[in-house]
Amino acid sequence: MALDSSKTTGFKYVGTRPDRPDGLDKVTGRAKFGADAYAPGMLHAAIKRSPHAHARIVKIDTSKAEAMEGVKAVVTRADFATGIEGEFGNILENVMAGEKALYDGHAVAAVAATSALIARDAVKAIEVEYEILPHVTDVDAAMQAGAPVIREGAADSSVPEGLHPNIVRYYESGHGDVEAGFAEADLVIEDHFLTEATHQGYIEPHACLGTLGTDGKGELWCCTQGHWYVQKVCAALLDVETSQLRVTASEIGGGFGGKTTVFIEPVALALSRKANRPVKLVMTRAEVFKASGPTSSTSMDVRIGMKKDGTITAAQGTFRLQGGAFPGAPCEMTAMCAFAPYDLKHVHQVGYDVMTNRPKQAAYRAPGSPMAAFAVESVIDELCNKLGLDPIDTRLKNASREGTRASFGPKWPRIGLVETLEAAKAHPHYSAPLKPGQGRGISCGFWFNHGGETAVSLALSEDGSAQVAVGTPDIGGSRASMALMAAEVLGIPYEDIRVTIADTATLGYNEISHGSRVTYASGLATIKAAEDAVQKLCARAAAKWGIPEDAVYWEDGYAKPSGPNAGEFEPLHIGDITATMGATGGPICGHFEATPEGAGVSFATHIVDAEVDPETGKTSVVRYTVVQDAGKAVHPTYVEGQFQGGAAQGIGWALNEEYIYGEDGRLQNAGFLDYRIPVASDLPMIDTVIVEVPNPGHPFGVRGVGETSICPPLAAIANAVSAAAGVRMRQLPMRPSRILEALESAVDG
Amino acid sequence: MKYYKPATFEEAVALAAGADGVTRILAGGTDVLVQLRSDIVTPDTLIDIKAIPGTHDITRTGAGGWRLGVAVTGAEMSEHAELVRDWPGVVEAMDLIGSTQVQGRATPVGNLCNASPAADSVPAMIAAGAVATVTGPDGSREVAVEEIPVSPGKTSLAKGEMITALTLPPRGENGGDAYLRFIPRTEMDIAVVGCGVNLRVKGDVITEAHMVLGAVAPTAVVVHAAADALVGRTLDDDALQALADLAEASCNPIDDKRGTIKFRTHTAGVLARRAAQIAYTRAKGDQA
Ligand SMILES: Cc1cc2nc3c(=O)[nH]c(=O)nc-3n(C[C@H](O)[C@H](O)[C@H](O)COP(=O)(O)OP(=O)(O)OC[C@H]3O[C@@H](n4cnc5c(N)ncnc54)[C@H](O)[C@@H]3O)c2cc1C
Repeated sequence: MALDSSKTTGFKYVGTRPDRPDGLDKVTGRAKFGADAYAPGMLHAAIKRSPHAHARIVKIDTSKAEAMEGVKAVVTRADFATGIEGEFGNILENVMAGEKALYDGHAVAAVAATSALIARDAVKAIEVEYEILPHVTDVDAAMQAGAPVIREGAADSSVPEGLHPNIVRYYESGHGDVEAGFAEADLVIEDHFLTEATHQGYIEPHACLGTLGTDGKGELWCCTQGHWYVQKVCAALLDVETSQLRVTASEIGGGFGGKTTVFIEPVALALSRKANRPVKLVMTRAEVFKASGPTSSTSMDVRIGMKKDGTITAAQGTFRLQGGAFPGAPCEMTAMCAFAPYDLKHVHQVGYDVMTNRPKQAAYRAPGSPMAAFAVESVIDELCNKLGLDPIDTRLKNASREGTRASFGPKWPRIGLVETLEAAKAHPHYSAPLKPGQGRGISCGFWFNHGGETAVSLALSEDGSAQVAVGTPDIGGSRASMALMAAEVLGIPYEDIRVTIADTATLGYNEISHGSRVTYASGLATIKAAEDAVQKLCARAAAKWGIPEDAVYWEDGYAKPSGPNAGEFEPLHIGDITATMGATGGPICGHFEATPEGAGVSFATHIVDAEVDPETGKTSVVRYTVVQDAGKAVHPTYVEGQFQGGAAQGIGWALNEEYIYGEDGRLQNAGFLDYRIPVASDLPMIDTVIVEVPNPGHPFGVRGVGETSICPPLAAIANAVSAAAGVRMRQLPMRPSRILEALESAVDG
Repeated sequence: MKYYKPATFEEAVALAAGADGVTRILAGGTDVLVQLRSDIVTPDTLIDIKAIPGTHDITRTGAGGWRLGVAVTGAEMSEHAELVRDWPGVVEAMDLIGSTQVQGRATPVGNLCNASPAADSVPAMIAAGAVATVTGPDGSREVAVEEIPVSPGKTSLAKGEMITALTLPPRGENGGDAYLRFIPRTEMDIAVVGCGVNLRVKGDVITEAHMVLGAVAPTAVVVHAAADALVGRTLDDDALQALADLAEASCNPIDDKRGTIKFRTHTAGVLARRAAQIAYTRAKGDQA
């Protein structure tokens, strides 16, 4: 029988657009999100947070809170495991402050009480004595000699000697001789760029319900992108055995990378262990802003040389990423993605991971890449303008292709950048006339994509339907895509497959839903698990017919004899086989466990038209087109949704979203009123073009699509706004006051 | 916290006059409940006035103006065709508040008494010459809307006093009003600058002019000199420039996360010009 279902054309289910299986639940309110769980005897928790950006914790007096009627437990750092170092040590320090509060909003204690109101009041009754320390929240300031040291000894061995202790990681790569390359250029432009931290802005605040007994056995329900990771972290922070803590992922109201780590779950469990009752903990929106993980802010310098014909002769970039009070800002990613779209003889990139008194940054879709693209693609735009070159032709001339040496080292396999540029050029948007006051911007963007540890199991029911258990929370319609891929292999209708996000007790370790890995890796695992089941189905047919297993093949939901030599048998439908499976050998299941390593990178090209009101500096994005390589769009509607979502979030990041810190180091806009995420009326309809250059590393050619879509928008919008306003915008967000200032200094200058 | 839902204003006034601590009147609750939830103001007494008869009514006054009950919402105003015809600027100012959901609850009286410098309906109501009926233990009095807010979050109402109605004057012939605000987004935001203009014309010549700015000082700024600048003239480029200059000169804003002093001042001039043009077009009976 044919076991390998690899194919890139001739699909029956893959590429169609059925309704998502979780759709009805979500539109009717039946879906259960993080805060929708209840347990008998449940307590409500609240967290006491530092109002200071940087302070030594002298004393925490919980006695008044503990004495309050209804308060069942209060925890501080003393209630967590000790001696934990590395990544988990940092998570513990972030989850509950130790000796110092490191940012405005840092947790210092927590309460569990019989009602949410009592818990809130009890938090107010906790008295914390602080010794306020000097703070720093700006990335450039944090690197200067004399800047307050956030934590001594946090730097790793990559950091050259003599740098400020706030610089905790250093990255450098490239090839050729950039100075020689710049000497060959007809024009060299070097500019400085700044971006502010933004938040993923998911609609659902972090929420969980945890139970942990004194016997070390626990149950945790939470809203996360990766419950095995939550399990591992919580077990370590509470010093219990990993397998004894079962974690179930709720439906998720958005994550975008912000739910790939742990903030409140260990606190709920610690409170539960102390109170011996289930504990529910739900963040407020202000807490989400202050104490979850926004992006890095950046300070960047980019220098690019170009010949009159558009050939890039050399490129150099320095990228400084502010990552909050902990190591981990994705400076390597920023540096690696910066020049990835281009075939460069001379290239050099440097990244710095810098600590400040801000919350620990977390992933936000293609962490680090959008900022790099903003700087690099802005300089390319300036070069094209000054040299009178077409921005798409110039990018095509320099584009990375199969066999090109990537800016960060390896040779590119089959990639689809050129195809996205060609599709953008052919799109009617690119040649549509602009109205006065409008400008058009172009940008490319790149993201790696990821595979990661994956386990999937598929069980057939007596009636011939199938249940698929995957371990990657569905953050973008992945249950639909899994069902389509399983349907394709099994040859049964999409509707006959139910896909469940299984809990940690049900499957082997599944890495987080991150790195745009789900449709790729869980998809591959689903295909392999379905193939495993098909092989077993064929074996049952072979046994029934009394012919060898390899004389049976599977087609459209039927086992068939493979040719005249195999014998004349009526094809057996899947339902005919499963109806008797108990008597013919027992349940039929397929499964697959592996760490797939063939994730295919994805490139995109975006076209944006923006209009700027020169009197107020207000920008409207009037037209937007996303062109991106999806490898194979398993469910095109959800692929388009990812493209549009990236563009929408990019519009917010580019125009109005920003973390605003006061002189006192406190966050001034911890709410959706003053943290200006775009509302529906701020967005144009976002056009999409799916390019399909199959990924050889996936049976159906899938590449991840969730992250690349946010790489080009900052630059594409900045290029459009700069064209519309007639001044180059090098700092994000391009809020109205900033545009007016730029216009004014352009007149003065 | 105590919650009351009185059936008459006498009862409401008696409750307010007798209450200790922090008292809040619950109209739409779109400020009160948000402030409660975010620990900004936790009232000891909440007096819900929505069950009092007449508080939901929009009625023509004997003089030809409009009387708005204190529970009348933005949505009810926008759906009232005659009110919209008379005072499009007041209605559009109210309509800018929040979203469809907020519109179903938010009232102009709440907007006024919350006393935010950035309240949208307030500059438009002042420009229109709106009057509040204030009732307290000692009876009722009529107070110009501009005299209600005295500083951010504070009103001139004494303990036990509340507003029991708002009155918009008769529109009269050849009048038109307009309100514009600046926000970085298209909706769901707080005015960085607001500007209400109310004009009357005879032919092309302006005979009456009122301009009020929001979010550029602790309370709405009535630009009295606008009348001197405009009355007796057409709204030509010079008049618009004079108005813009006046607007800028009248600003006394703060630098904050929502806007800088410089940006607010500059934008006040831009909005003054644009709002005046709309009001002028409406006053002349043209479409705007
Ligand atoms: C999502 C959202 C968006 C918003 N957007 C805007 C906006 O764009 N522009 C804007 O200006 N505002 C905005 N607001 C604020 C708010 O909606 C308005 O101020 C609204 O008009 C308040 O009216 P209310 O009836 O809800 O007042 P309430 O919250 O009921 O009351 C507000 C205040 O007025 C007092 N009060 C109410 N009635 C009386 C009375 N009869 N006599 C004396 N005092 C009284 C109360 O004690 C309280 O102090 C927004 C609010 C939300 C939640």
